[in-house]
Amino acid sequence: MNQENSPIIEITHLNKWFGNFHVLKNINMTVHKGEIIVVCGPSGSGKSTLIRCINRIEKHQKGKILVAGTELTTKMKNITDVRRDVGMVFQNFDLFPHMTVLENLILAPAWILKMPRKKAEEMAMALLERVQIHDQAFKMPGQLSGGQQQRVAIARALCMNPKVMLFDEPTSALDPEMVKEVLDVIKKLAEDGMTMICVTHEMGFAKQVANRIIFMDQGEIVEENDPDEFFTNPRWDRTQKFLSQIL
Amino acid sequence: MTILSDANREVFIFQPMHDLPAPLESVGIIGWLRENLFSSKVNSLLTMAALLFLWKTVPPLISWAVTDATWSFSPDPCSIEKTGACWTFIFVKFRVLMLGLYPEQFIWRPVLAFAIFLLVCGLTVFRLLRARFLIALWFFLPLPLFFLINGGMGLETVDQSLWGGLMLSIGLAAIGIIMSIPLGILLALARRSNMVLVKTLSIGIIESIRGVPLITILFMASVMMPIFLPQGMNINNLLRVQIGIILFSSAYIAEVVRGGLQAIPKGQIEAAISLGLKSWTVTCFVVLPQALRHVIPSLIGRCVALFKDTSLVIIVGLLDFLGMIKASAQDPEWLGYDAEAYVFCALIYWIICFSMSQYGKSIERHNRW
Repeated sequence: MNQENSPIIEITHLNKWFGNFHVLKNINMTVHKGEIIVVCGPSGSGKSTLIRCINRIEKHQKGKILVAGTELTTKMKNITDVRRDVGMVFQNFDLFPHMTVLENLILAPAWILKMPRKKAEEMAMALLERVQIHDQAFKMPGQLSGGQQQRVAIARALCMNPKVMLFDEPTSALDPEMVKEVLDVIKKLAEDGMTMICVTHEMGFAKQVANRIIFMDQGEIVEENDPDEFFTNPRWDRTQKFLSQIL
Repeated sequence: MTILSDANREVFIFQPMHDLPAPLESVGIIGWLRENLFSSKVNSLLTMAALLFLWKTVPPLISWAVTDATWSFSPDPCSIEKTGACWTFIFVKFRVLMLGLYPEQFIWRPVLAFAIFLLVCGLTVFRLLRARFLIALWFFLPLPLFFLINGGMGLETVDQSLWGGLMLSIGLAAIGIIMSIPLGILLALARRSNMVLVKTLSIGIIESIRGVPLITILFMASVMMPIFLPQGMNINNLLRVQIGIILFSSAYIAEVVRGGLQAIPKGQIEAAISLGLKSWTVTCFVVLPQALRHVIPSLIGRCVALFKDTSLVIIVGLLDFLGMIKASAQDPEWLGYDAEAYVFCALIYWIICFSMSQYGKSIERHNRW
């Protein structure tokens, strides 16, 4: 196996419980470098929990998660290492409201990479340009629209130069007029070769961008398929039912 | 509205309407009066009643306090002819009210200390320094001022039993506030900690302090603490009382801060840790700044309350501002001036407390310290 195709995320026999509730049941999944994976499924199926396990915002109880060769265990060093390699974008943007856009971006590079302020600011401005929002750098997040905030959140996640990006329903909290501007940014990232896992209900986006689609229900991966097959010829009846409800 | 003819169909072009000015009776002074004072029959009635009340109370008060009052600086008792207040009493007692029994020849020391204190207050209120320097300055400030007032290092020592008056009140309150805010924040963080032992300890401290009145704590500090201290170890009364005040205040501030911490959405912490930030960085730069901003009104409220609570030290034998007011009013040479004494006392307390609230408001308005 060559370097390009080496798996960047390997999940084997992952199990997780919230109290007595079995949220994730025996999940196996491999993500290679440069792959774009869309995870979909009805609400409560465990898709968000799955990607939140990948940077250990949620703890898993059984199974193994390897990210860029580091296993997620209780060892704090491993966890921080993985979190630096994995950028995450949330449904509600979760920008830090008491800092300007620019300060939101440079917080992590300044404190983790000990980057000098000037250098961090240059890098942040470059990233803001990449998400086409550099003219808002000195505003507070509250002054921006939802779509702009989400693009800032993407830039913030990119600041640590991650190897993988996780998107947890990045457009669900947006007004319909703003969904496109955010999806465009994500598409551009995908074209640039970023590895990403995206939980989303935007099936058009999934069709266009994904290399692979994972369909989950009740804590299990029901179907894992390439987009064309997934939409035109799903293997499972559960998938068919889901697709018939949303399309 | 224009109609654009296309080959096949008509398209209406949308043009937004111009803004119109608001109707005259809803803006300006008349608008304000209508809206706020005479919006309904009941409101008009209440407005009239309030005006009547003010007309009956304010003019007599002004004539007592200002026009009919005696303003003479000469240390003779006021004549009985005058019906108003006798401010001469306050002028004569001024030094005692401000500084207690502090020896007259060293008076320049507390005056200088007060001037420095006012200067730092000014720097704070007008935001002439960056927040981190201000915080450092406030932390450092009590030490030199203490030496200035107490003596030592070349200055002659003034016994602490001679300290008193407003100086003592402000000193106890200022040091109480400076020390109890960080202590309170630490207690609040400990209470939210995942470590069971730390959490239990913090809950124990906070709840046991909150469970007793300040008077009890002052008594404990003043009377009980010496019994528990090992033989030969001696902490003076003033310091013991100060420690009592700090502990009391930090328990309350801890609860105020905890309220703020709970208001921070979980997503903020998740977003911060997903960037790879360590937990203390998350606390210092993401959680605390937001949490403290949420609780500024109640935090300022605690500071105002603490300043007023210092008047309780009278029960352990310290003569603070209120204590001195009381003592002065009982001076056999100046009997019968209680009203002047307490009005003056109230005025000074009000000025200080109101300034604190105003500063709190300005923090909220400017959204920075």
